[in-house]
Amino acid sequence: MNAVDKTGNLSRRGFLHVTALAGGGMLLGARFPLDGARGAFAATADAATALNAFIRLTPDGIATIMAQNPEIGQGVKTMLPMLIAEELDIPWSQVRVEQADFDSTKYRGQMAGGSMATPMHYESMRRVGAAARAMLVEAAAKEWKTRPEKCTTEAGAVHFKNKSLSYGELASAAADIEPPNPRTVPLKDAKDFRIIGQEIPGVDNPQIVTGKPLFGIDVTVPGMKYAVFEKCRVHGGRVKSANLDAVKASPGVVDAFVVDSTAQAGSAAPSPSMFQVGLPNGIAIVGDSWWLVNEARSKLEVTWDEGSTASQSTESFDRQAEELSKQAPEQDLRNDGDAAGALASAAKTLEAAYQYPFLAHAPLEPQNTTAHFHDGGLEMWAPIQTPQFARGDLAKALGIPEDQITIHLTRMGGGFGRRLYWDYMLEAALIARQAGVPVKLVWNREDDTRFDYFRPGGYHYLQGGLDEAGNLTAWRDHFVSFGEGRRFAPSAEMMPNEFPQGFVPNFALQASKMPLGIPTGALRAPTSNAISFVVQSFIDELAVEAGKDPLQFRLDLLDSAPAGTRTAFDPGRMKAVLELVRDKSEWGKADLPEGTGQGVAFHFSHRGYFAEVVQATVSKEGELGVDRIWVAGDVGRQLVNPSNALNQVQGAALDGLGQALDQEITFDGGRTNESNFHNFKLLRIDQAPPVEVHWVMSDNQPTGLGEPALPPVPPALCNAIFAVTGKRIRSLPISKHDLIWA
Amino acid sequence: MAIAFTLNGKSTTVDAPPEMPLLWVLRDELDLKGTKFGCGRSFCGACTVHVDGEPERSCRMPVSRAEGKEITTIEGLSEDGAHPVQLAWQEIDVPQCGYCQAGQIMSASALLANNPAPTDGDIDEAMSGNICRCATYNRIRAAIHRAADIAQAPSATSHETATGAGGSEA
Ligand code: FES
Ligand code: FES
Repeated sequence: MNAVDKTGNLSRRGFLHVTALAGGGMLLGARFPLDGARGAFAATADAATALNAFIRLTPDGIATIMAQNPEIGQGVKTMLPMLIAEELDIPWSQVRVEQADFDSTKYRGQMAGGSMATPMHYESMRRVGAAARAMLVEAAAKEWKTRPEKCTTEAGAVHFKNKSLSYGELASAAADIEPPNPRTVPLKDAKDFRIIGQEIPGVDNPQIVTGKPLFGIDVTVPGMKYAVFEKCRVHGGRVKSANLDAVKASPGVVDAFVVDSTAQAGSAAPSPSMFQVGLPNGIAIVGDSWWLVNEARSKLEVTWDEGSTASQSTESFDRQAEELSKQAPEQDLRNDGDAAGALASAAKTLEAAYQYPFLAHAPLEPQNTTAHFHDGGLEMWAPIQTPQFARGDLAKALGIPEDQITIHLTRMGGGFGRRLYWDYMLEAALIARQAGVPVKLVWNREDDTRFDYFRPGGYHYLQGGLDEAGNLTAWRDHFVSFGEGRRFAPSAEMMPNEFPQGFVPNFALQASKMPLGIPTGALRAPTSNAISFVVQSFIDELAVEAGKDPLQFRLDLLDSAPAGTRTAFDPGRMKAVLELVRDKSEWGKADLPEGTGQGVAFHFSHRGYFAEVVQATVSKEGELGVDRIWVAGDVGRQLVNPSNALNQVQGAALDGLGQALDQEITFDGGRTNESNFHNFKLLRIDQAPPVEVHWVMSDNQPTGLGEPALPPVPPALCNAIFAVTGKRIRSLPISKHDLIWA
Repeated sequence: MAIAFTLNGKSTTVDAPPEMPLLWVLRDELDLKGTKFGCGRSFCGACTVHVDGEPERSCRMPVSRAEGKEITTIEGLSEDGAHPVQLAWQEIDVPQCGYCQAGQIMSASALLANNPAPTDGDIDEAMSGNICRCATYNRIRAAIHRAADIAQAPSATSHETATGAGGSEA
């Protein structure tokens, strides 16, 4: 950026600074605390305490907004600039969006995850735009010798009486205005929005539909070589010896070597952030063509030290979990009232064991990073959701200062949580350093499927009690999960206030754990994507046992929290979405043919309220088809970009459908069994029903949409299958169940 | 080995191992990055190109089979991004992460070339080899219908909503 700091005009009030640009125009930088940066995600993302934004306004009237957050398909590269442009009062056609590199001196909270972009930035970004507008107005008022209050703005120009000056004409003069206090600068009334609430197509769409290089995997650097990295198939296993010479003799291979980062100087323990990755161990093959180095893997003969995880398998987890369920739980997570006593005296009781499998993230762009050591530093191009954590960890592992590492953020071919972990960046850096040339590491699909930070599987042994009138009086869940001591494996935990806590007088949540050598991590709507299946299915069982309509049973339950009870969410908002989805799906009214049924579920996660109905048809021979999904959601008073909102919700719902139908990751001898899309099956278009989305526009702060529409789908589908077949699905995926009925 | 074919309308010769898949020749030898690697085993369709007008998974096609053929990639589908499918994709705002979309567009354009007014069933059949991990399937269907309209009457205004199925507010 060819900026001259003419003014050095850092606002005394602290947070905005303006710079004149060499060719005319202004650059406004902002830095101030985030609003709404609360909750687990923000609390642990230590950097997420301030936010920065940059607007460059040039004499041609074009406002260039730096998109600071990485784009994984959640639409943030379009949405955050929309917020700024709205308050700046400039037509969207005069806005350009540029992806910022990772730079902790300029931006804070550069992270994609937890559906946090909207709640973190909704107001802050608008304040940046409003501040810039105020400066332009002040510059115009000076010119006209009037007061700023007398001026108005519209369509990228300031107006006063019959005079007007475009933002382009004012940009240089505005660079001399002291920025206002962003906290008190007035914001538009929602009824005056011209951009927020409009369906704005993704800013990268023109490049995407013409195949421009946007993604990490598309990066090229002069002189670079390609690399693959062969790891022990047993998680945590290590290289003992390998026939490196034979591999080096393969066509196209220039080098092959063992990477053992734990044996290298400077490899400290990973930083204690909320996300952690292991230190790489394996064999790098480097050469002139990715395809050739990948082919050379077939020549490898390696002796591995497989380590202790070799004794772990899905079958042994299943067996252990069942044994643990019969023993006293290790740990009480929550106890309200007296669940055991209430179960003993209940009019009716129900017991069921639920389980769900491990899952892979399977973003369509395989993991990759390009790493180049030069001029004493490391330059990287990577699809990464957490650049600040990655850089801190890389600095430690490589023994080089953080400020010597530059990370260019590329567009990501999906993330779903996988790219919160930077294991592939560490691998690329270590390989590039050892190879002594710039290296582009690309995993193949098999690597990507096998070496994931998987959504952990889990087991729930449930008991429920009903009184004479069919009200829920007791709930007990013995959750058998993974971890050691009091620590759960990543994403293998459960919130103690998970529904129906607070809505049932006697509630017990208890846990036992199995040790796990396989890495786990956050998958879109972490924990919720699994827990919702368990809770909303068992609620359905209890409704049937109580002889009540499953949707009405849920509404009654949401009404049952005694006044003053602290619950995890606002029951009124959840009731509203449940009622809306009831009406839109014609729940209980639609005249459905034999073999077709509806199921319902709701779930609160990431501050979003979602209730969904799935309509499914099951033939007598057991063939399942999903006809339609109705979604009712409440994410507050404003959808920033309704086009992207709908896309996200439809995608999340279909993601949940794909998981429920046919996805599982299994292990044998510590190895992942699945390897590619033939045995880890993603949803295809011929399985994808229409997803109809409706909104409750409640008067609450807008919140995010990337995740919360997913969790209700698996249970709603299983409940629909029950409605047709009378068969209760208590383990996923559904494809493992025989759905034949008569 | 030298292999000659027509690529996006231009005659092209590459020197590559004959069994090297066309995908890697396009991406790494010819620097055309629009064709994507997803699975390498013809499961996902991210690498779809046209070979003599027919959709093919370039990850499983040895470059030797390209000899003498006409290959079209996403970069050559139109001069300026104005193929009806490319226009419809932007109008309906199909992409999320966008990674699968080149392959989707190549499959969709091949479908429309053979079947100018496909039904939802035709679309599902022709497109089921193309995975969209972000599951933009509702919009892919809507965009193919829209592209069919644009192709038939280039100036016709949209009668689909820009959001595909559903989308009303309460
Ligand atoms: S990369 Fe060719 S079909 Fe997946
Ligand atoms: S848009 Fe992400 S895979 Fe299709």
